[in-house]
Amino acid sequence: MNRCLPCLLSAMLVLAACQREERETRPQSALGSGDQPAAVTALEPGGQRPTSSDNKAGVFEANAFHLSEGKRLFNWFNCSGCHANGGGGMGPALMDQKWLYGSSIESIHATIRDGRPNGMPSFRDTIPDDQIWELAAFVRALSGNAPSSAAPGRDDDMMPHPSENRLPDAATLGKSP
Amino acid sequence: MSRGVWTMCWCTACILLLAGCSGWQSALDPKGPAANELAWLIWFFTALCTVVWLLVMAVLIVPLARRPAPVGDPLVLDAAAERSKMRIVVAALAATALILVGLTLLSYFANRTLAAIGSDAALTIRVTGHQWWWEVRYENDQPNRILTTANEIHIPAGEPVRLVVTSTDVIHSFWVPNLSGKLDVIPGHENVLDLKADKPGVYRGQCAEFCGAQHANMSTFIIAEPRPVFDAWLNDQLRPAAAPVSAEAKTGHDLFLKRPCVMCHKIGGTIAGGTVAPNLTHIASRQTLAAGTLTMSRGNLAAWIANPQGIKPGAHMPVVRLDGDELNAIVAYLEGLK
Repeated sequence: MNRCLPCLLSAMLVLAACQREERETRPQSALGSGDQPAAVTALEPGGQRPTSSDNKAGVFEANAFHLSEGKRLFNWFNCSGCHANGGGGMGPALMDQKWLYGSSIESIHATIRDGRPNGMPSFRDTIPDDQIWELAAFVRALSGNAPSSAAPGRDDDMMPHPSENRLPDAATLGKSP
Repeated sequence: MSRGVWTMCWCTACILLLAGCSGWQSALDPKGPAANELAWLIWFFTALCTVVWLLVMAVLIVPLARRPAPVGDPLVLDAAAERSKMRIVVAALAATALILVGLTLLSYFANRTLAAIGSDAALTIRVTGHQWWWEVRYENDQPNRILTTANEIHIPAGEPVRLVVTSTDVIHSFWVPNLSGKLDVIPGHENVLDLKADKPGVYRGQCAEFCGAQHANMSTFIIAEPRPVFDAWLNDQLRPAAAPVSAEAKTGHDLFLKRPCVMCHKIGGTIAGGTVAPNLTHIASRQTLAAGTLTMSRGNLAAWIANPQGIKPGAHMPVVRLDGDELNAIVAYLEGLK
């Protein structure tokens, strides 16, 4: 009995490692971007969170699969054309801590979905809603706002900046403990 | 069981096994010089090794089956018998060395033949592996004659063709067993594969390196045609996409450009210019959909667009929200892109 107990305990510990995050690779076709009500105003002064009829922040924000999908789509959809790998160019930088329209995932989702004045186009019809959430989650990761356990690892090709999971945590950056 | 029944069973098993050697996607049914060379090599290796194995087994079994000779005095040396035993061992050793060197040489010369196949290839095709489809690009000195298509590789029959294979994501492997050996498809690296199809025909190829969820549904087809047919095909494919004819197809064209399709796919002659998904300029002229997963038909097109994740779970094509009329219109448009 005395010998069994440590074995049992270590087996339980090992089994705990089997828990895996949910990967929703089959989104429901019924939910697209078309079912979102259009915002009456595109401005949220002070970064007030826009209310969304279908808020998926909780599902997407800290999910490694969705974050890495967001990273892939960021390249595929040529976000770098204006935001230059997050460094900023024609569009604002995404890797700093300045947020013109709020840093929450809901705000970023609204920015991509509805567009913003002075250049940011609306992708309401051209990107499925789940992919907008993935992009929004990744944009937060670009400035260290995603948990490092979930943020994407290094690129396969040349990297313009350290991989997202190596960025300093935005919440504690510049503050003494 | 009687002897006759056993013989019957053996014969049936042999026939079934041999059936695997012929036809559709088999390395033992070569249709080109590269595959010929490899098939000849594998048959020769197998035959020779079988003979050697049988000889070794015979040498082992015969003394076991024989009545053992009476053991004499071990201290008395029979010089003549020792010499003859020595000769047998040396002869076996020499035969082994000879066979190994011979097989190495054969393999070396086969490799030389493979390398020489494409040395005068007039056509270079760049094949890029993606999760989970093949991008096919016909290189040309004139930029307006460079053709990009997907999953189907048309080649002129009887002419050597050079394939430059690379990948954008993970390691794949390009393998068309009837025409050549397999070659790894590596991101950031170009490998060269030369092949030739002796006769016109359709030869199926398959990704041969596990590359993710839909590895099994990542096939390609090499379609070998007589030169004039190939040239006509190439010129046809170089044209921009056909303009929609019917009102429904026209609606589909407009929808395609307004919906998520436009983000990834390219249709020549429209503003759709995405390069991360298969080029759809002449999609209806291809024989299959989704890298050989479905045959090309209006129904399969609609099924694929309506729920790609149901047909090929994990593929990068997302589920797009379309109502019935929109789906029909887009399918009508794509169906016209011959």
